[in-house]
Amino acid sequence: MTGTAPAADTAGTGEAPTSFLEVRDLKIHFPTDDGLVKSVDGLSFQLERGRTLGIVGESGSGKSVTSLGILGLHNKRNANVSGEIWLNGKELVNASQTEVRRLRGRDMAMIFQDPLSAMHPFYTVGAQIIEAYRVHNDVSKQVARKHAIDMLGRVGIPKPDKRVDDYPHQFSGGMRQRAMIAMALSCDPELLIADEPTTALDVTVQAQILDLIRDLQQEFNSAVIMITHDLGVVAELSDDILVMYAGRCVEYASVGDAFHQPLHPYTWGLLGSMPRLDRERSERLMPIKGSPPSLINVPSGCAFHPRCPYKDLNGEKCWTERPELVEAEPGHKAACHLPQDKKRKIWTDEIRPKL
Amino acid sequence: MFAYIIRRLIGAVLMLLLVSLVTFGIFFWLPKLAGQTTDQIAASYVGKAPTAEAIQDTKERLGLDKPVVVQYGSYLKAIVVGKDYKAGPVTDHCPAPCLGYSFRSSQPVLETLLDRAPATASLALGAAVFWLIGGIVTGVVSALRRGSLWDRAAMIIALSGVSLPIYFTGLVSLALFSYTLKIFPGGGSYKPITEDPVMWFQSLVLPWVTLAFLYAAMYARLTRAGMLETMNEDYIRTARAKGLSETTVVTKHALRASLTPILTIFGLDLGLLLGGAVLTESTFGIPGLGQLAISSINSGDLPMVLGVTLITSVSIVGINLIVDLLYAIVDPRVRLG
Repeated sequence: MTGTAPAADTAGTGEAPTSFLEVRDLKIHFPTDDGLVKSVDGLSFQLERGRTLGIVGESGSGKSVTSLGILGLHNKRNANVSGEIWLNGKELVNASQTEVRRLRGRDMAMIFQDPLSAMHPFYTVGAQIIEAYRVHNDVSKQVARKHAIDMLGRVGIPKPDKRVDDYPHQFSGGMRQRAMIAMALSCDPELLIADEPTTALDVTVQAQILDLIRDLQQEFNSAVIMITHDLGVVAELSDDILVMYAGRCVEYASVGDAFHQPLHPYTWGLLGSMPRLDRERSERLMPIKGSPPSLINVPSGCAFHPRCPYKDLNGEKCWTERPELVEAEPGHKAACHLPQDKKRKIWTDEIRPKL
Repeated sequence: MFAYIIRRLIGAVLMLLLVSLVTFGIFFWLPKLAGQTTDQIAASYVGKAPTAEAIQDTKERLGLDKPVVVQYGSYLKAIVVGKDYKAGPVTDHCPAPCLGYSFRSSQPVLETLLDRAPATASLALGAAVFWLIGGIVTGVVSALRRGSLWDRAAMIIALSGVSLPIYFTGLVSLALFSYTLKIFPGGGSYKPITEDPVMWFQSLVLPWVTLAFLYAAMYARLTRAGMLETMNEDYIRTARAKGLSETTVVTKHALRASLTPILTIFGLDLGLLLGGAVLTESTFGIPGLGQLAISSINSGDLPMVLGVTLITSVSIVGINLIVDLLYAIVDPRVRLG
């Protein structure tokens, strides 16, 4: 077992998978007045307990929509969700709202991006953790309160027995995110989704929070999905990386492969967008040209082709035919028409020397 | 907190002083500016065909010859320490807070106000219960089912509720439920709760509902707008992610946060109504402060007008103070100080 891998082989069979979390051909579409927004369009992956999957991509590539989809937080009235999500042998897409609600918070929990707006301003931090704990555990308020103080202590909040009665606005940004993590972990979830957990924080605090998430993951042995646009965060925490572009997976690899021999031009672009201080100022950044496509009018063929510098190497294929996600090497998949040897050559000759 | 209350109370007193000063000025100072002599002013308070003696008497009694500032000073002094009135051979002591005597009925103003206040309070508080429940429930349901038939119907009714004046809805409901169907007693049948609780209730149902309809419409729209905004907040998503039931999410998390702006408006509305619901009281013949205000103004009964103005200001300022204090309880981010 490799731990995490794209689930192409069992896709669409409707059979319960052996892996802890398996997403098969997940599609999340939003019908709007302007047309159908295909935020997630056929995403598949697997994840085992104790492993971390990093989902990377620009804003609007479908990362957050995917995570909210796994938790079943999309409103059925304005979102069409199809495909399969298997968590611990249970299928979630076609499960009733009540069933999914029972799993939410208990088996799967989420840490949100901005901890100030993600916590209710009118209730104390303690009350919010107690509430989360008591939905799924039939315990008295005193017991839940002790648990909340215990959790706050574990995520490194000093004097938790005092801070438990503070309101979110009385916490600093980093402390709030710690409290948010305490809340997410209060019911010992087996799947933790962290949606850009450090974006709203100071750089120094970011590292602390990432450390905390890693420590807690080891302690709880939970599966973690780390959603981010920051490749540094992924390198720090993840076992595997799933690169998303326009609602689809364009590359799936172990962290080592993704950083040392990536196969997709988009991934090359992401790597080039990380500033390098050890280079000449003019060479520190190599941004990807253009902006992410509209999810209503996804470009034909490969959705990345309008921004891809290598699109002319393949004749017309790049804008007529959508590349499938194929396994180029064991455990390393990419969706790109470029031949494997050409990709290797471009990477070693053109891209890597500049990174 | 304590210092805040003291500061607010001092502010409230200053506010009331200002209100009384303006009202007083309108009645005693403006006529002088307009060129009226004190004799003419006094004559307007004596009655028909005033004798020279009666005018002189009134001038002395009201101190109209003195500067306006002195007059205002003695008015304020009466409120603080009371005042003795010489009415012929007998001296009448008016204990503090003395708002003077009505020019028309010679009754103490304060007594009349206190006599009328319960009717207005019954009307305002009863209607408030109706409109809060009706408006907030309608607004919440509309927000949750935005675009549905219920939402559209409710918002159209709300719009008509806001636009229809009370003397229209009031008269229509009287004509229908009282004079045609004979379910409720007609106008002018109000009895104090201490005298006849059943009649008190029956006579107030129509005024409550009519008045509440007007306000409920506004509150429904306010609640709907607030809920639509709050339901998109990140903390609502968090609440759902915790696995809370939708009912808990809506009531405990969303509604709680939407209520703050409603509380502000409610304070203003209730304060104003407690000072007299003029149209409703006239339409249904309820002997409250609103009717008193109208009749006093029509008859130029200055002490009474001053009294009603003061009591209205007191209720507005008082209720708003309470609302501001409630803020700190409702929204912990509000620091009083």
